[in-house]
Amino acid sequence: MNWLLQVISISIFSLRTIPQRTGAALATAVGIGGVVAVFVGVLSIAEGFRAAMTVPGGKDVAIVLRSGADSEMTSGLTRDETRLIADSPGIVRGAEGALVSSELFVMINLPKRSTGTDANVPLRGVEKAGTEIRGDLKIVEGKMFELGKNEIIAGAGAARAFAGLDVGKKIRVGQNEWEVVGLFTGGGGSAESEVWTDAAVLQPAYNRGDTFQSVYVKLTSPEAFQTFKDALTTNPQLKVKTLLQSEFLAEQSSMLTGFIQNVGVFITSLMALGALFGALNTMYSAVSARTREIATLRALGFGATPIVLSVLVESLFLAIVGGALGAAAAYFAFDGFKASTINFQTFSQVAFAFTVTPQLLVNAIIWAAIIGLVGGLFPAIRAARMPIATALRET
Amino acid sequence: MKFLGIIWGNLKRKKLRTSLTLLSVFVAFLLFGLLCTIKESFTAGVAVAGADRLIVRHKVSLIMTLPESYRARMERIEGVSSAVHFTWFNGIYQNEPKNFFATMPTDPEPFLELYPEFLLPEEQKQAWLTTRTGCIVGRALADRFGWKVGDRLPLMSPLWPREGDEAWEFDIVGIFDGAKKGTDTSGMYFRYDYFEEARANGKGEVGWYGVRVADPDRAEDVARMIDAEFANSPFETKAEPEGAFIQGFAQQIGDIGTMLIAIVSAVFFTILLVAGNTMAQSVRERTVELGVLKAIGFTNERVLALVLVESCIIAIIGGGAGLATAWLITLGGSPAPSMLAVFYLPTYYILAGIAFIFGLGIVSGFLPAVQAMRLQIAVALRRHA
Repeated sequence: MNWLLQVISISIFSLRTIPQRTGAALATAVGIGGVVAVFVGVLSIAEGFRAAMTVPGGKDVAIVLRSGADSEMTSGLTRDETRLIADSPGIVRGAEGALVSSELFVMINLPKRSTGTDANVPLRGVEKAGTEIRGDLKIVEGKMFELGKNEIIAGAGAARAFAGLDVGKKIRVGQNEWEVVGLFTGGGGSAESEVWTDAAVLQPAYNRGDTFQSVYVKLTSPEAFQTFKDALTTNPQLKVKTLLQSEFLAEQSSMLTGFIQNVGVFITSLMALGALFGALNTMYSAVSARTREIATLRALGFGATPIVLSVLVESLFLAIVGGALGAAAAYFAFDGFKASTINFQTFSQVAFAFTVTPQLLVNAIIWAAIIGLVGGLFPAIRAARMPIATALRET
Repeated sequence: MKFLGIIWGNLKRKKLRTSLTLLSVFVAFLLFGLLCTIKESFTAGVAVAGADRLIVRHKVSLIMTLPESYRARMERIEGVSSAVHFTWFNGIYQNEPKNFFATMPTDPEPFLELYPEFLLPEEQKQAWLTTRTGCIVGRALADRFGWKVGDRLPLMSPLWPREGDEAWEFDIVGIFDGAKKGTDTSGMYFRYDYFEEARANGKGEVGWYGVRVADPDRAEDVARMIDAEFANSPFETKAEPEGAFIQGFAQQIGDIGTMLIAIVSAVFFTILLVAGNTMAQSVRERTVELGVLKAIGFTNERVLALVLVESCIIAIIGGGAGLATAWLITLGGSPAPSMLAVFYLPTYYILAGIAFIFGLGIVSGFLPAVQAMRLQIAVALRRHA
């Protein structure tokens, strides 16, 4: 008899017996579905956070911090230093001068809309070129803030997560009142989680004198970065570190994404173990319930390999069905879920949406298939090794 | 007791199935234990916050500084018994941000007096009071880097450069333990006078204050009085009880913590469902035998008990081992000290785990056990055919 035909016919045969073992089969599928849902769920947090902290393009924007600073929050630059940086080569120079923005990065306490508790919301003071440097910044509601006025614009993510950031409303920061005049999207990285205003207005409000924390520059080309960086490093009057915006953001999110990923992989591995034991149990009982049947097949002349393969097919089938259901459930439950959390590296809130990427779904199904295969393999081998005569006599 | 043999025999009958079930229960409870540990870490400190202490910070934000002179003014307010200040130093060790740990200058004497949960041996305390560059580190921190008393600790601070831009040098003069399990010993404290003298800028500024109130019941009132004292000054304050402050800080982690916990709880119950199903299955397969037992004179209650004890044994062995392993893992210290500063399994979660263990044993055994109990002997014996 054709070998392949044997495999197919026994596989179909065993798949058709699944309804007789609904309970056990369901337990396996649910167990594996759970693993997949968890895998997708936890890692979609990390993916979403990473997505919120990356910048489309971003290869032609550089950021300069004081050397030794690990974030904008801990950096500090004087007006003289920012001037020297602005005069360096490699920067785009337009009609209104170089595309350079010396910025302040501070925090305000605003209550979270979800819980009403205080959150550290980043407040950024930018100079005129600040928006032009970030090419994709768009005002989606209201207008841009006017220089020199106590006006702020809020990122869409921040406006969604924190109370008081509605166009037309005023928020109080210390002795000052600021009017929210617009909402924006884009801006790169975590900008959408921030509130922006004129740096010159922010300096006195935060007792900063004439100092800044970072300088953003638009480079003439991605290749110009090296020239720019070298010019700053060799300048004896400056002690700074220079990074591409994309590098900087990756560094700023590394701790939290790394943590979530590790937790995710760890939990998923443990859970996968749990589901594997469940799958093994189901397949062992499936095989033992069919002892006589399998022995009969062997007696009729079916080979050992088709038997093994048919058991594997069954457990793979259960695993993939469960996995697909779990992945779908996770996709609908988590994708686009809006959340915000504190990034300890910047000590400020980042608003982001959970993101279930296709890659994540594919990986999840692969996990499910592996559990199914391993869970079916040992029972399959046992099935094939059963001595026919004793097995036939078995009750 | 004399029926233990029967139960043991039943457990041994399908060794493979029993061990697989045990293992999945084990995994479920291991996960449960670790989840509770992480959850505890997210809200670390709330449980051990001092009821008689307030945190006073700049009203605009924690990153803004307050004058050092506020200490004397606060201590004059009625109901305040003492105040001590801290400043976020942001020390970086070995130029590696991954080595992050909390570093704060403070006033040694009032600090130790206000925070009795930090246990420092008397001679180390004296050493700290007499060594200007002395610092004390928590037990968890000392273990993390293998430091001992006498070691020299160089740190860089991007926030607080030292005059002349040199590295800050500290001498470890003491290692403090926590009085309670939840006490955070992952930080380092050093002397404010050394800091004040050597910092290049911001002289006279401190980060926030810890304040002890004479009467914990009046903590909220005292907080209001402190805020009123500094209202309309360039440095307005926000005073709140320590517990509320820590709670608020934990809320900042917000949704992520909640989600992680929701997801892992789902995992826990899924595994329990699957394991419970297998345990129930193994009882259902033995209907005939249970019929035989009843035929030879076992009462309904005895059959029920036999089945329940069996499922509870699996739950207790598997779940107990899982919880114990989780506990052993927490003894090894935090795997991510910069994210999870406090890492231990609190007793109330252990008790909750034990409750879940018995819940699992009883629920998964109960349904098939009741079925078995109600079984008519004749039907059971015939079921085989």
